Amino acid sequence: MRRTAPGGADAGVAPPAGPARLLAGLDDRGGTRGLAQHLEQWGPLRTLDARNLLADLEASGLRGHGGAWFPVAAKWRSVAEAGYRRPVVVANAAEGEPASAKDALLMTRVPHLVLDGASLAARALRARRLVVYCRPELVATVARAADERHRAGIDPLAVEVVAAPGTFLAGQETAVASALNGRQPLPTFAGIHPVRELGVEGRPTLVQNVETLAHVALVARFGPHWFRGAGTEGSPGTMLLTVTGRWEGHTVVEAPLGTPLAEVLDLDGRAADHYWGVLLGGYGGGWVNVDEALGMPLTEEAARGLGSSLGAGVVALLPSTACPLHEVARVARYLEAEGAGQCGPCVNGLAELSGALSSLAGSGHPRPAPSRPRARGGDPVARVLELCRLVEGRGACRHPDGAARFVRTALRVFEGHLAAHRRPGPCGAGPDSRLLPVPAPPAAVRRTGAR
Amino acid sequence: MSFLPRRRPARSIHLVVDPIACDGHGVCAELFPERIGRDPWGFPVIDPAAVPGGLLEHAQRAVDACPRLALHLVSRDAGEDAAPGPRAVSGGAAGRRLARGAAPTP
Repeated sequence: MRRTAPGGADAGVAPPAGPARLLAGLDDRGGTRGLAQHLEQWGPLRTLDARNLLADLEASGLRGHGGAWFPVAAKWRSVAEAGYRRPVVVANAAEGEPASAKDALLMTRVPHLVLDGASLAARALRARRLVVYCRPELVATVARAADERHRAGIDPLAVEVVAAPGTFLAGQETAVASALNGRQPLPTFAGIHPVRELGVEGRPTLVQNVETLAHVALVARFGPHWFRGAGTEGSPGTMLLTVTGRWEGHTVVEAPLGTPLAEVLDLDGRAADHYWGVLLGGYGGGWVNVDEALGMPLTEEAARGLGSSLGAGVVALLPSTACPLHEVARVARYLEAEGAGQCGPCVNGLAELSGALSSLAGSGHPRPAPSRPRARGGDPVARVLELCRLVEGRGACRHPDGAARFVRTALRVFEGHLAAHRRPGPCGAGPDSRLLPVPAPPAAVRRTGAR
Repeated sequence: MSFLPRRRPARSIHLVVDPIACDGHGVCAELFPERIGRDPWGFPVIDPAAVPGGLLEHAQRAVDACPRLALHLVSRDAGEDAAPGPRAVSGGAAGRRLARGAAPTP
């Protein structure tokens, strides 16, 4: 064993022992942790050679926290073996998911932890370029951190900071590569050559979520044995969650994987009456019954077992004060609008899906003039499920699959309320209350009637 | 068709459509109805299962006829799902080549 006593033999910095790792030592006051404080907290970055770092990452069992849960070591290896051209490393903080805030939190509070991980990846893969791709409001903070590092001579190459658009699909791997190639920030078809083989500048490209890179920075410092000290055998380590609907606004929580979700949310069984359901993984994830959610451990396997996914760590509770079908229909309209508009089945399918859901939601709230025409004859619920089946797996990216999972699980979890909508008369719940966050469309696409 | 890797039974051949390039002309579904259907909007629905040897000639004809070059035959290790990335066998009429999964020479 290379490191039996985990921790800084070189710096004397002890590894974090509590449930907070990435967020260890942060207070509530806000502000960015500068390079000096970062080094005080974590000690200097050890530059392992590529083979040792990959072996450590493999032994740690670290998986990607951007949503796909792909093993990190395997991803890095496939980039390293993809060809003889030197690769591009992209730290991905595009965070298009409206209910997620953890990547922005990391970049604002502890950018150096993320940049340490990015730096390690660039070194291990002998990268030609190192890019941080983040929301426009984060660019200044990240650029300042990159500048501090440049003056200290930490990174093997200059860090480029590129602004991502605030669209839902901005962070999708092929959309990131496309944007960095100077084209539209939209997904491309990667069915023949994935981005890790042929990405930015046609080079093998590693697009890695920033939370994942922050974990890499700690694995490199304290070793895989320490990393596995939290979490379960199959899901080691901790993860960041963005919790919505439990406390005021968005709350980012770090919890060891395998922790009961009830504990993370600080709720017990009596809470079931207060919520319609729990959305795991965001708008590409799926709904879970409150009882099931509170009974599950925080692992991707458990979430998949319930037909959902932890995705990028979104946990949204829907209070039972509003009509859940209205919320679902509103999000479905958003997902339709956020589609890239490139693939026929997704364009047509999501439009019909959102129309069918709007009329289903509207049927519980009789109004003189429904906002959308009613779906064609037949059972509206069967029609929605049919549309989910039709769009699934039919896009260049996973957008239609995520939308289908969101809708299908909603119909299952809100079955009781659905019955109220299928009877004549009002469903009994208040209409539109805008509980799930949906950003307003950019002003540019609004028609102003000036023609 | 000599480019079909007959001597590697561990690999299987699948049809893959590039949904961005595809305009829903429907030629493929006409030519290869055994494995390609159409959805209510006219876009092809491809059977993800391996194309058996006896049908490969029909599959190749559909690939060659696509006016958008959106249909591909790819070869995968048997049992491998789509995630690790297929290797191109034939990229439409324009690209009859046997790529081996590496990035093309720049």
